[in-house]
Amino acid sequence: MWQIFHKLGSPKWFYGIASKLMPWLLWLGAGLLLAGLVWGLAFAPKDYLQGNSYRILYIHVPSAFLAQSVYLMMASAAVVTLVWRIKLADLFVRSVAPVGAIFTFLALFTGAVWGKPTWGTWWIWDARLTSMLILLFLYFGVIALSSAISDEKSAARSTAVLVLVGVVNIPIIKYSVEWWNTLHQPATFKLTEKPSMSPDMWVPLLLAVLGLYLIFGWLACLRMQTEILTRESRTRWVQELVRSGEG
Amino acid sequence: MTAEATVTITIRSEDSAVGVLPAMWAVLMRDLRGAFRQRQDLLNPLLFFVMVVSLFPLGVSPEPAFLREAGAGILWVAALLSVLLSLDHLFRHDYDDGTLEQLVLQPQPLFLLLLAKTLAHWVVTGLPLVLLTPVLGVMMQLDGNSILVLCLTLLIGTPVLSFIGSIGAALTLGLRSAGVLLSLLIIPLYIPVLIFGTGTVSAATDGAAVSAYMALMGAFLVLALTLAPFASAAALRISLSNS
Repeated sequence: MWQIFHKLGSPKWFYGIASKLMPWLLWLGAGLLLAGLVWGLAFAPKDYLQGNSYRILYIHVPSAFLAQSVYLMMASAAVVTLVWRIKLADLFVRSVAPVGAIFTFLALFTGAVWGKPTWGTWWIWDARLTSMLILLFLYFGVIALSSAISDEKSAARSTAVLVLVGVVNIPIIKYSVEWWNTLHQPATFKLTEKPSMSPDMWVPLLLAVLGLYLIFGWLACLRMQTEILTRESRTRWVQELVRSGEG
Repeated sequence: MTAEATVTITIRSEDSAVGVLPAMWAVLMRDLRGAFRQRQDLLNPLLFFVMVVSLFPLGVSPEPAFLREAGAGILWVAALLSVLLSLDHLFRHDYDDGTLEQLVLQPQPLFLLLLAKTLAHWVVTGLPLVLLTPVLGVMMQLDGNSILVLCLTLLIGTPVLSFIGSIGAALTLGLRSAGVLLSLLIIPLYIPVLIFGTGTVSAATDGAAVSAYMALMGAFLVLALTLAPFASAAALRISLSNS
């Protein structure tokens, strides 16, 4: 049991697994995303109210999904870092934080582009926009802290504490901002209810969301592999790997 | 002075009969004494608070109508920034002279000692801000009731700011350019307090009931008081093990 656990945490083992997994993640993810986007952008019916402008939802909603769930994944990894001190969990937090920030930015940007024809303004201090903006700030904080501490171990644990403090605050921020001001439409997808959109609109959206999750998995693997190579650059297996890559 | 106080804390804790409460009291009194012996440090955040507030009539508009509407928000933001700037002092001196390590070594739970320490920080920074608020409120053309409610929200809200801030101060301890980093980490976490603080005052100005808002502010305070010391104790141990 402990051996498996130990093995799971070893960067070398992860490097091998990730190499096998990555092509699957990439091709499956790209296929799904492409299918969802082409279907959504070209073939899904027009919205009766918003016309064609609603189609940006096929980019907006998947990135907003990812923006929030990447933070939750980081929080779970942070617990693992603090409790079991597994190196991989820390690698994950530090590698995906910029990815999460980019998804958050993408969600905000596409939201602004969508807001212009729909609400008539690029930006509005509406609750969900504001809480996404604050989420972006939280990501920036995590990235800034983890790069400010030079010692690797304490950087890992400090960042984990910060991520956890942030995750406690996310619901508080969300509800307080919602109370403060709201204009955004309620969420399209709820796990508990049947979607209110017509199927030929939400099926491509679902495909795009799934695709983006897989792409995220690929990106996470790629970034973690790079980080492993830099951190373990002195070990024999990395040097052999690099040498065989050159040869 | 600090060296002397360190010795007293250490000697007392070797006596196993010292309970948790006396230890917390000792930390609180020691920090307060230290703060009152350096009066200029006490005054600086207050001066900053007054100056930031006075920038707004100069920079935006001295119209009474504008000030009445924006006054509570301006005072809250200025108080928030002032607390934020003073956070660097929370652990810095004790870190530099090694008192903090002694504190970590005490047999009493670290989070309770930090609770006392953060409370002392609030007494010397947050509380004076609250006391100064009525004067600035009058300058901002707020009416009596609004000023009263504003003071109450700051009274409940500034300890929350201190406690959340203690986490950031502990995380950034001993880092280069800790000041800006601290603000980056902490400002997003301050937003809910700010929203409800100013929301309460604008409800009061509109003549609405404020008890629900006050209850929520109280909930923030309880949450910060119970959870933040754990996080800052964990962060402090990490930062100290680094040096």
